[in-house]
Amino acid sequence: MERKHAIFPARVGIIFLTPAILFVIVFLLYPFVRVFLLSFTNQTLLGTTAPNPEFVGLDNYRHLFNPDRWMRLGEFGSALKITTQFVVGSALIGQAGMGMLIAWAFYRKRGVLREVVFTLVILAWIIPETVVAFTWVAFLDWEFGTLNSVLETVGLGRPDWLFERPLQSIILFNSWRGTAFSMLLFSGALETIPPSYVETAEVVGATAWQKFRDIFFPLLRGHILTDLILITLWTFNVFTPFLLTGGGPAKRTEVVSIYTYRTAFMGRHEFGKGSSIAVVMMLINLGLALIYLASIRRRRAT
Amino acid sequence: MTQIIFEHVVKRFGSVTAVNDVTLTVGDGEFVALLGPSGCGKTTTLRLIAGLEFADEGRILIGERDVTRLPPRARDVAMVFQDYALYPHMTILENIGYPLKVRGVGKQERTERVAEVAQQLQIGDLLDRRPGQISGGQQQRASVARAVVHQALCFLFDEPLSNLDAQLRLEARAFLKHLQHELGVTTVYVTHDQAEAMALADRIVIMNYGRVMQIGAPLEVYRRPANTFVASFIGSPPMNLLAGTIDLARGLFRLNGQEPGIDLSALFGRLNGKLTDGQTITLGVRPEHLTPQVEPSPGAIPAQVYAVQPMGGEVLIVVRVAGKLVSVRLFRDEPPDLPHEIWLVPDLNVSYAYDADGNLLQ
Repeated sequence: MERKHAIFPARVGIIFLTPAILFVIVFLLYPFVRVFLLSFTNQTLLGTTAPNPEFVGLDNYRHLFNPDRWMRLGEFGSALKITTQFVVGSALIGQAGMGMLIAWAFYRKRGVLREVVFTLVILAWIIPETVVAFTWVAFLDWEFGTLNSVLETVGLGRPDWLFERPLQSIILFNSWRGTAFSMLLFSGALETIPPSYVETAEVVGATAWQKFRDIFFPLLRGHILTDLILITLWTFNVFTPFLLTGGGPAKRTEVVSIYTYRTAFMGRHEFGKGSSIAVVMMLINLGLALIYLASIRRRRAT
Repeated sequence: MTQIIFEHVVKRFGSVTAVNDVTLTVGDGEFVALLGPSGCGKTTTLRLIAGLEFADEGRILIGERDVTRLPPRARDVAMVFQDYALYPHMTILENIGYPLKVRGVGKQERTERVAEVAQQLQIGDLLDRRPGQISGGQQQRASVARAVVHQALCFLFDEPLSNLDAQLRLEARAFLKHLQHELGVTTVYVTHDQAEAMALADRIVIMNYGRVMQIGAPLEVYRRPANTFVASFIGSPPMNLLAGTIDLARGLFRLNGQEPGIDLSALFGRLNGKLTDGQTITLGVRPEHLTPQVEPSPGAIPAQVYAVQPMGGEVLIVVRVAGKLVSVRLFRDEPPDLPHEIWLVPDLNVSYAYDADGNLLQ
């Protein structure tokens, strides 16, 4: 039997934990309970239901999932669909795909080019959200934008990106923005593969694709799963597209986070409805988080 | 016919010249060991053959073909790595069959060929296991099987036995030698273990600082090391090297100018005309070519007994000669009863003189 030596007596440990627990209660647990309760009321910020909210049961949820209208633009179903497209396009394909390509391209390579590429990709990731959002607004601007200046010079016209292709624009933006995480995770994971594995494959004559399919992919499967779940979680909740498109035009880029914000904090400030969206989002996030934790546990077990 | 030919090959890493003007020929079916201390360029030489590194200068030929610029997969060689490089996510069957899979051999034929090779290497009943589920010795065999299975032009081994414990290493050594004889495939084998090189190879290439120090059959390099580096690297314990000056007229050799000199006139006679009076030379004598005696004589070297080590079939006596430790090997099981002060008589027929640069005088 291994005896466990505590550094501090348990009582001291509780003192250390107290501040963290307090913060969690005040800023996480209490709001969560409050939102959960609010989601069963018709509480608003203004009007008669502001001082005297009524209990409405599952009305808010029924409204969200009302099959007659929920897929219309500006409704919950539509927001979920747009969010899914946004997650698949920008996180799973954009960030994970590009991250893997860059990590793979610079596998076991050193040099200036690698440093430059890595630095730029990481810069895009660490610059504050509002700053990058406004640089992208400037970049995509119809009249003065860098992109259109370049396109026009080479004779490709002058599309109004945020108006004509709003979803593609925010997908491109978010791919650019968040590739660093996947790139770092994959390049770290690649480093753990012994060089002799790759060299053996090279000597027996494997092509680049065969090396990827037979050696890198199976050995990185756990890392890839981790990455996909994490970036899905983050992208699902990301709010930055609001700074580029405001959810528009015509709610065509209204992802769930923007839909929640618009419902609860704009227009009629419907706190009750907004809360019900937040609860559903929370459940989806919980589901993803549980899959993530289960995948980690399974990886540890093998 | 698979010869491997190096013509003035140079490989640099930044300011370090890892392989410095290496020229050598590995004959068809020959087993050649590249031997040297770490950093001597032996592994780089092997990787140059495999195409995992590319030569900066010179030419490399495998068979009749100039492969200097060809990528690994165009060279048709098989390589076994020190860590075996078995893929943990594949079974032993899939691992051994991987070179065939890459070449587009069908599953049926693949399984048959793997089973055949595995049988030959006595790992036939492990094929559905994963590398993590078999012992180090079995992993080693599996990685050799993967090299054997695709009938490459030559085998390249990069210290394949150094991850095994001493007992298994001896076993695997015999197994590898037997296998290579059976298959008759040209083999280049990198090791830092001189005993391994001696035991396995038809010829040994001894390297230091990227240069070839000597090439020869094991006994040849053991008996007549071409320089003091080879002398001090081959043999366990290695050749004794004693520096001193010579008095040509009286046929004497003086260790650190010690009097009286040791009579080496027989050796000097053999090197007639190669020596100058007062020259500093290094005398090289194998431990088994020194005979201890209890009385002084003109050709004997004075020594003090330092430690006597019975080894079973032989006795190793370490003595002090002019401040340096010198090994003496006696092929007997019982240690002799020696006084502290003894004299050693070198067998001058099998002793050599090296010049100040360490090169053999002959």
